[in-house]
Order: sequence, then C-alpha cells, then structure tokens
Amino acid sequence: MRLPCPICGERDRREFYYQGAAVALNRPAPDADADAWQDFVYLRENLPGDHQELWSHDAGCGAWLVVTRNTVTHAVLGAKLASEADR
Amino acid sequence: MRVAGKGHIDRNSTVHFRFDGVEYQGFNGDTVASALLANDVRLMGRSFKYHRPRGVLTAGSEEPNALMTVGVGAGREPNVRATVQEIYEGLEVRSQNAFPALNFDLLAVNDLAAPFLSAGFYYKTFMWPRAFWEKLYEPVIRRAAGLGALSGAADQDRYEKAYAFCDLLVIGAGPAGLMAALVAARSGADVILADEDAQMGGRLLAETDTVDGLAGADWAADVLAELAGMDNVRLMTRTTVTGAYDQGTFGALERVSHHIARPDGRLPRETFWRIVAQRSILAAGALERPIAFQNNDRPGIMTAGAVRAYLNRWGVAPGKAVTVFANNDAAHRTALDLIDAGVHVTAVLDSRTDAQAQGDYRLIRGAQVCNSSGRTGLDAITYRTTSGQEKLATDCLAMSGGWNPTVHMTCHMNGRPSWDESIASFVPTAGAIPGMTVAGAALGVFSVQGCLASGADAARTVLQELGRSVADVEVPVADDAAYAIAPLWAVAGKGRAWLDFQNDVTVKDVKQAATENFRSVEHMKRYTTQGMATDQGKNSNVAALAVLADATGRGIPETGTTTFRPPYTPVPLAALGAGSRGKGFAPERHTTSHAASVAMGAPMIEAGLWYRPSYFPRKGESNWRQSCDREVGFVRNTVGVCDVSTLGKIDIQGPDAAKLLDFAYTNMFSTLKVGRVRYGLMLREDGHVMDDGTTARLGETHYAMTTTTAAAGLVMRHLEFITQVHHPEWDVRIMSVTEQWAQFAIAGPKSRDLVNGLVEKTIDNESWPFMACGPVRVAGIDARLFRISFSGEHAYELAMPARYGDALFRVLVKRAEALAGGAYGMEALNVLRVEKGHITHSEIHGRTTAFDIGMERMISANKDCIGKTMAARDGLLEDDREQMVGFKPTGAIKKLTAGAHLYSEGAEAVPENDQGYVTSAAFSPDFGHYIALGFVRGGAARHGDRLRLVDAMRGIDTVVEVCPPVFIDPEGGRVRG
Repeated sequence: MRLPCPICGERDRREFYYQGAAVALNRPAPDADADAWQDFVYLRENLPGDHQELWSHDAGCGAWLVVTRNTVTHAVLGAKLASEADR
Repeated sequence: MRVAGKGHIDRNSTVHFRFDGVEYQGFNGDTVASALLANDVRLMGRSFKYHRPRGVLTAGSEEPNALMTVGVGAGREPNVRATVQEIYEGLEVRSQNAFPALNFDLLAVNDLAAPFLSAGFYYKTFMWPRAFWEKLYEPVIRRAAGLGALSGAADQDRYEKAYAFCDLLVIGAGPAGLMAALVAARSGADVILADEDAQMGGRLLAETDTVDGLAGADWAADVLAELAGMDNVRLMTRTTVTGAYDQGTFGALERVSHHIARPDGRLPRETFWRIVAQRSILAAGALERPIAFQNNDRPGIMTAGAVRAYLNRWGVAPGKAVTVFANNDAAHRTALDLIDAGVHVTAVLDSRTDAQAQGDYRLIRGAQVCNSSGRTGLDAITYRTTSGQEKLATDCLAMSGGWNPTVHMTCHMNGRPSWDESIASFVPTAGAIPGMTVAGAALGVFSVQGCLASGADAARTVLQELGRSVADVEVPVADDAAYAIAPLWAVAGKGRAWLDFQNDVTVKDVKQAATENFRSVEHMKRYTTQGMATDQGKNSNVAALAVLADATGRGIPETGTTTFRPPYTPVPLAALGAGSRGKGFAPERHTTSHAASVAMGAPMIEAGLWYRPSYFPRKGESNWRQSCDREVGFVRNTVGVCDVSTLGKIDIQGPDAAKLLDFAYTNMFSTLKVGRVRYGLMLREDGHVMDDGTTARLGETHYAMTTTTAAAGLVMRHLEFITQVHHPEWDVRIMSVTEQWAQFAIAGPKSRDLVNGLVEKTIDNESWPFMACGPVRVAGIDARLFRISFSGEHAYELAMPARYGDALFRVLVKRAEALAGGAYGMEALNVLRVEKGHITHSEIHGRTTAFDIGMERMISANKDCIGKTMAARDGLLEDDREQMVGFKPTGAIKKLTAGAHLYSEGAEAVPENDQGYVTSAAFSPDFGHYIALGFVRGGAARHGDRLRLVDAMRGIDTVVEVCPPVFIDPEGGRVRG
C-alpha cells in the first residue's frame, strides 16, 4: 500500500502510523454535551466506501495527513495535510 | 535417457551431484528433475498420505510430486521442487517421506488401508477416546503423513529485503512477456522483467516453434541481449512474483544463490523484493492439467508439455516408448517432437472421436486411458475405446487435459476469474488488479503468434495509459495453430484416480464430499484438502471443481473456484523476515554512558529499545540487592549519579509555545517563570493519564519538555497532532532532541558539592532553588542545569550535548566517588522513587485517571486541555474507584510483589472479592522492609486498613497495611535542602 504524502510524495505505508477516522478534526467545545464528546472520542462509522482517515508520516516528515481511501477497493483517492484540511 | 543434438544445456560441462547418496552426472543447465530423468531415475518421492511411489509430473514450479530436501546440516531445505532446483557440482539431494528407503517404503501399507483413509477420515476416525487425539493419533498421523523436515538448527544463511520501482513490471518472460518488455523498453519506459526460471524464454525453450524464421530460443536470446543492453531495463531471473498488493505493489522472491556450489559469503540465499510499478503486465503463461484415471500417479506419467520440455530444453527422453493421451490438438506435437528426435512413440490416444493426426504416428481416436501398471514406475497402460480394452506396454505416458491460464495473480485482490468455454478453462477478469494488463497464455491465447501479438498489444495499452509515445515495433511471425479441445476431466471407472497428487486427493474423495453435502467448492476443498498442499492446487483445482460440478449437477461457472491467495509459490519466512533476526529484530539504543557502565561491570537491562545499567556491582557484593541497597544509600546519604538520557526530550519554541503546553498538560505552563521547571500531567482525550514529566521554561518562547522513556514517541506524535490537527494556527515548532542531549541525575545531600567546582559559576540555594533551571558552563561548554528530583532528595540534572556525554559521566562518577557516593542504576532508581511515591507507567498504565492517582487538583479550572471534559465524566470521580495508596507488610511474610491482588482479611482470594492490586514493590533499605504502591477501592480513605495480599504466581499470601503512597519525607523538606 502506498500513500501520497503532500510533502514527500508517494511512500510505502510502513512509513506511516494510522490513527483512525478523521472525526478527530472536529473537536467539540469543552462545554459541548456528553453525546458530542462520546461521539468524538469513541464512536466511529464503519461504512464501506470512501473514508477519511488520519495518518501520520512518522518515519518521514512528521506531517499528519487526511487520506481519502476506499475501504472496499483499497484505492487511495488523495491526501491533504491535516493542517489544511476542511473541518 | 539423453537424446543427441537436443536441448539448451552445456554438454561440455559435466556436473556431479548425489541423490539419496548415489552419485549422478548432469550438465550445466539441468535441473535435478531433468538430470535424474537423463539417468533413467523415475522414482523421486513418496506421496503425502498413501506413500505411493511418485515421479516427476511437470517441468516447472507447479510440481506436486518430486519434492526433495536439498543440502545438509543446519541450512538444509525441505520440499524443494526437483523441477526448480538447478544442479551444481557437489549438490546433495535427498528424497522425503519414505522409510526406510525410497524404493522400499514400509509406510506404503497406508496405500492398502486407503478405504479407511478417504476424505474427512481425520474428522471421523479419531473421535474416541478423546484423550487419544493428542497423545496417540496426532503424533502417529504427523509421523506418517507429511513431507520434508527442517533441520531444527538455527538457519545461518543470509536473506535480504530489497525494493525496486518501475513504470512497468512484466511478469513472465515467455513470448508474450518478452514482446511486451521489448515494446515498452524501446519506447523508453523503465521496465522490470521478472521470470521465475533461471533462463528466460518460457515455452519458447520447451517447444520447437520458430519466430521470424529463427528457433524460438534463439529469437528469445536476441531479444534478451537487446534488453540487457538497455539502461531502462532490469532483467530479474530466478525471481517469482508472488503476490499483487495495493497501489501497484508486488512481492517477489529472488533465489539468489540456490544454484551456486560455493556462494560468496556476502550473497544472500534469497532476496524478497517489494516492487512498485505504475503498471504491470501479467504474462505468466499457462499450466497444463493432468487427466484423472485409475493409477494416473505412477512414475513415468507426466504432462505432455513436461515431456516436450524435457526433450526440447534439456535433451532428455523421459521414456523409451512414449504414449500420448490427450483431449486437444496441442498435445499431438509431443509425438511429432519425439519422433523427430528418434524416440519411439507407441500411440497417440485422443479422447475425441474426430481428432486428426498431424503427422506419421499411430492415432487412436475416442480412446481413454483407464489404468496403469508397474511397481515403482510405469510399464503398461490399459485404454478403452468403443471396441473394448487394450493393454499397451509403455514406460512414459504424456497426458494433456488442456491448459489453464495462470490467473492466480489476478485473484489476489478479490478478483474472480471468468469461465471460457472455448478453452474449457478460467481466464482473468479484466480490471481485477488496478493497473494490471494480462497478455499471452495467461489470457487464454495459446499460439506463439497470438502470444507475441498479445504482449505487444498489452505494452501499447500500458504506454498509452502512462501517456508515453509508443515505439514502432513489428510483431514477428510465428506459428498460429488453433487450440482445439473437448473437455475430459476424469475417466470413468473403478479405483482411485488422482486429482491432487500432492495431497493425495482422488476423484472418489471429491464425489464423497459432494455426497456428504460439502457441495460448496470452499467446503469440498477443506473436507478433502484438495488444493491445500504447497502447489495450492495449480495442477488440480479446475479438474476437481469440474468433478464437483458433475457430482452436484451444476455447471462449472456456477460451481465457481476457490480463492487464489498470495504467495504464488512458497516463500520462506526467512526471506520475508530478512534482516529481522537478532538485533535486526530489536535494535539496541545505547546511551552515551553505555561503554563506561559496561566497563564498570553493570548488567544492562532493556527499557524499550534502550539499554540501561541495572546496578554497578562492587567487590565483595554477591547479589544485586547488596549493590542496590548501597546505591540507594549513596542518594539518601551522600550523592549518586545516574544516566537519565533515555527520557524523551522535546524542544518547544515559538510565540504560541505556552498555549501548546497549556493545552497538552492539565496544569498551567504559561504562568511558569523563565528559569523555572514544573511537573506536568498529560491526559488522553478520554480523560485517562497519558504521561507525565517535567518541563522547563528556558526563555519567553522556549520550553524543554521531558517525557517518560516509554512514551517519548507517543508524546511527540501527540504534540504534532495538537499543533497540526487541532491548532494549525498556532505559531510553534517542536523537535525531538532525546538523542542530542546527554542528561545525568546528580542526587543526594552532597549533590550541590558535586556540582560546584564542575560548573564555572558556583551555585547556592538562592541562585538555584528547588525547580530552578538555566544555562551553565562546564569546562567551557554550554550546558543546562535543572534542580529537579525523582528520588525525593536534593538533586540536579545536568544536560550537555551528547558528544560530551561519555566524558561527563566519567567525571561525575569520579566526583561522586570522591564524596563517598557513586553511580546508581535502575534498581536503585526504582527503590528511590517507590519510597518517594513517584509514579511510573506501572501506575499510569492506561486505565488510571488523575483522580485515581490523587492528582485531580492538577487539572486547571482556568483553561481547556486535552482530556479535561472526559475526565469529569460520571463514574471517573467516584469515591469507590481504585485509588493509589502505599502498602507496608504486617503479616508473617514480609515480601511484597507487583502483580499481587488484595482482598479483605478473611475473604476468599477470588475475583469477586478483589479490592485492588500492587503495581510496584521494592525492598527499602531506609525502612528495612518491603514497601509497595498500588490501587485499592476507595483507597484514599482507607489508610491504616489491613488487607490480605495474595500473589498466586509466587505463592505469597500475607497481610499488608494500607498507607499514604509517599513513604519518605512527605513534607518535601529534603528536596529544598
């Protein structure tokens, strides 16, 4: 599996650390209700199809990426720096 | 028997090798199989289950029968296919699965017991009595069934991993692959051409076809010479592409030195490649399938294509009187080639009534071979026509049930092949692997001309996809005969007719599976074990499912295939794991004081990948406790020195550095004064403790953070996450500097005496109070001094650039010794911190909150931080949670151990009664008894309670008193001294 790091180019997945769904981009306000925090910390959709994921280029530039990947075909459809991703 | 004037072997180079201790001769270019056949050795192995005598069935990597053990000693390799192993001078090969000898195998008695050993017999026969399975049945079965064995000794050979990148990977160097590579290479693309054989050319080496008027092998040699001269081409022989993976990644196994008598010690045995290709062309050819008939597994019976390969490539006639049995036109050329080479052909038996002779040989139409005979090799066959049965003396039967395109790789990413009635076989489904195009026989194109054109077409398609211009390459002219076939899977009749030779699965077994309602092809496979041997059903899958389809009254496409998975041929774990043995598996990280510590006799212990000194033994000390107690005494009474460089060090700079720390830590760091250090606690977003450490403010916008040794990487990634994902707008930069700084703890009442005289400017309690930090100069070099303490004593940590670490450690130890102290190791460090009640990851093990460790007040009310909201959840602040406490022994047994559990006195030691557990325990020389830290339900309010402590693992059952977790100097007077 190869991931296109916007800084380093396409690299082997062994250079990356997988964090999970890109839900973590949208941290609730500290006083948001318990459900919002429960969703943010624990609940993840597990749908087949295109999926936004957080990967860290640990063994490369250290950038956190938002990768769009299809969980059925394993096609990697793109990657953005997390710092520039839509939230 | 060797045939004059045939083959691509070097007849001037005689090679001697031994098979089962007997010496034979062959030539350079021979495989073990071809050389043994040339020496008229037909018996090469015994079958897996029935111990039937077996000879070679094929001439390639799909071989199911002729499996041998190559080499002697630790590195001997079992289950090597004789059709793949090249011979070299001095090669030692042994047969397998035979006792006492290959030609007289006592376990052949299994063959007589065959009625009891049919499909599923494992599941039915050994059910009772239950205890017998492990003690009797399984060991006996394992001894009787099976193939070769490893030596059991450590493999001393070298293996390698390698990576390659290209525009186009061409898999297979037959006519289609060569043509594809040629077109792509002349068009300027970066091409890798990989072939599992030692010699490229594929079937062109095994057939008598001509290409553009040249012998096929000569045309291939010309193309290869051209490709070898091009900078944009890499030719990889003896390299099997074993699997297709995501985003154009392929696994490939290169057998680097299996064919070399005395390989250079630097050469690996095998290299496992990861090849990344923009596009790939699968030109892996096709595999010929046997026909099932009674006793079709006798040595001397092989595929027709294999007979032609032995004849045309290796100049070997596998028999003196050869019979051909086929259901297709292509197999007839076997007779033509043999006759041309002067080998007697008894007859061509064609199951089709309308078959046409292609030359001057005896053709018997509508004939089916229904039995064979011969003790350890074929001496006659019986065939049946409408006019009855006839026996025919023959010592070699060349059979062909047609060809199966090598679709395997196209199924590696969930693709399913499609049934093609015209060739009675499965063909790849287009688009099964992104970026892969299939060409030649792998696509079901079986003529040489068709293969050449198909290869060129595939290359053009790929080049266009890559946006490259296509060089004008003319497709050469070659044979374009049609492939006419009428399916014949199994000849009707009694007795056992083999489908899967390697796992001894017969037509009967498959029918029995269907009868017992294992009708799904996946169920049939597992019930009969068909296709589960190391050949993965390459020779048997299509025929077996055809038999299943027939038995269940369905068509073949409805019956479907099992799933082909990587690897295409077996890959040794040694190759996959190349480099990951010994220190390659777990590299060692050494601190700058490593050499000095080892020289002082310190046993080194692992801390993650780091190695740290356990203790520093001195003369007269006979066990570690004596050393440890002495070292604890240094710190409590004089001064001790310890390397703490393994703790994570993160440099944080920028106008928003304080914001980052306020958000990452539960407590405030923006209010920390420059030149001061603060202890900080970090939570995970779920409210549990992640890590702790001290952070120093070196300047208005400059902080130096420390983490625990274990969590250094985790915290670094976490801070990157905060600054890139949560707050990319913050102007702050972070950098791991763990390895750039050597840092030493100097702890004890005399620590300041040690520091003074080393730093250029003398310090005192006013200039360097507890938790002060700042730059100092040591021997003219900039250093950092922190007044922090893990031991609870008056202590400092001195940091210098790592290149001075070794020298600094030696100086510090010398100065400490002059003050009646010295170096201390991890054992003493642990005792000191348990005495002081300081936590490590033994306590903050992932399930504890700030509340649980008594630090809930460290979560600042004045700001948000990671984990703050979730830490305030219901249930995380209950008084009956397990809270951190200390323990002192009061029972008869005074030893306390980490991992022990706690119960009310008099309560049974069962999980329902569990009151808590011990996380850290140590013998305290200061108190003269064991002390421990741990967690107890509602522990904060239970100081003074007595509890039963049970460590079932170590047989300890005693009583302890719950106490506050800080044993020594709870008021903290010493650190400020």
